[in-house]
Amino acid sequence: MKRSIIDVPDLTPEELNALMDTAEDIIAHPDDYSDACRRKKLATLFFEPSTRTRLSFEAAMYELGGNVLSVTGAGTSSAAKGESVADTAKTVSCYADIIAMRHPKEGAALVAARSASVPVINAGDGGHCHPTQTLADLLTIRREKGRLGNLTVGLCGDLKFGRTVHSLINAMSRYEGLNFVLISPEELKLPSYVKNDALKKKGIPYRQTTDLMEVIGDLDILYMTRVQRERFFNEEDYLRLRDSYILTPEKLKKARADLSVMHPLPRVNEISVAVDDDPRACYFKQVLNGKYMRMALILMLLELKKGGERA
Amino acid sequence: MNVDSIRDGVVIDHITAGCGMKLYRLLGLDALDVPVAMITNAVSAKRGRKDIIKVDADIPVDFDVIGYVDPGATVNIIRNGELVEKKRIEMPETLVNVLRCKNPRCISSCEQELEQVFKLTDREKKEYRCAWCEVKGDM
Repeated sequence: MKRSIIDVPDLTPEELNALMDTAEDIIAHPDDYSDACRRKKLATLFFEPSTRTRLSFEAAMYELGGNVLSVTGAGTSSAAKGESVADTAKTVSCYADIIAMRHPKEGAALVAARSASVPVINAGDGGHCHPTQTLADLLTIRREKGRLGNLTVGLCGDLKFGRTVHSLINAMSRYEGLNFVLISPEELKLPSYVKNDALKKKGIPYRQTTDLMEVIGDLDILYMTRVQRERFFNEEDYLRLRDSYILTPEKLKKARADLSVMHPLPRVNEISVAVDDDPRACYFKQVLNGKYMRMALILMLLELKKGGERA
Repeated sequence: MNVDSIRDGVVIDHITAGCGMKLYRLLGLDALDVPVAMITNAVSAKRGRKDIIKVDADIPVDFDVIGYVDPGATVNIIRNGELVEKKRIEMPETLVNVLRCKNPRCISSCEQELEQVFKLTDREKKEYRCAWCEVKGDM
């Protein structure tokens, strides 16, 4: 039966673990998967600018031995002529075996999934969901820490508008022994509905602070986020908040030796380039892990295993 | 005050006092060309005060609208002067084309003929969220 992934909760914890296991197996035995999607086509429909997500999906499909059909920008597709998302999804289903779609409108991926006759992966729908980023984050944490529970996770920066933060908190709240530290300026605190649904209702401990240095020594993971210019009406506020937390080698001296520094990228200036050489910096590993998780997800949705066998 | 009993029609009873006019508008009763009685602040043994709407015609009733505005109200269907059905209205799990998503970034703001669907996400708080973008809905 055709299945799509719009948000992380569409996957059970068992499926999440199975995806991470597959990704680990791909990393260990890439050749076993190099022909797994032979004669299969992935359509990447990107109606909004994206570098890493689109390339990651395309690289993932190529490494599985499949092919890619690509649409970038609403201006070069039938969307410019006023075609609905539902019609686009029905049409592309005639050409491709699976669709990865990014769209500026929230809920667009769900509309596409309801109309398409092939699986749809949400590659970002406005400020709503970006599940494959969360999959990349989870695999990175599991690979760096060897577990997804019993961790103190610091989330720093724009916790109000950052969809990756909301999604990661929701996904991680399924695991035991977590402790969240929410580090943000007053104006960019985590919305109360996320706090209520993902943390308070499940009895997960958390604390909020505006001071990164006060808590940096307690953290197993520090997940940094970018303050997004497009979220502000006032340039002055943006510039003031943008520079709230800049992670430098100096600040990292107070952190644990086994801290993992993560970031969904792109960064602006919130992590100094000098931090890139620190062994605790994991954000480029996240990018790579994202490709492996997308490979695992494509295989799962096409019901294929290594060597192209049916799952 | 005297309101004639009805022969074929609908009585919406046990409406929370003050909600009657809202229901009257949302059910589109103001557009009907049939007798409609709106009783506000009627005495109720259980609630103290309540509103009642009587429609003297066999019209289709949108139970979802009633369930959203005032769960706990009852709908009585009258045929040939007899009560043939009495229904206590619960909060619906899904609302279709009752609320409109106010999020300008929601796909429902531009997608052709896409229904406005809201899902009940918190029964205690009477909270519904758009099925497409998950933004909280209100009238």
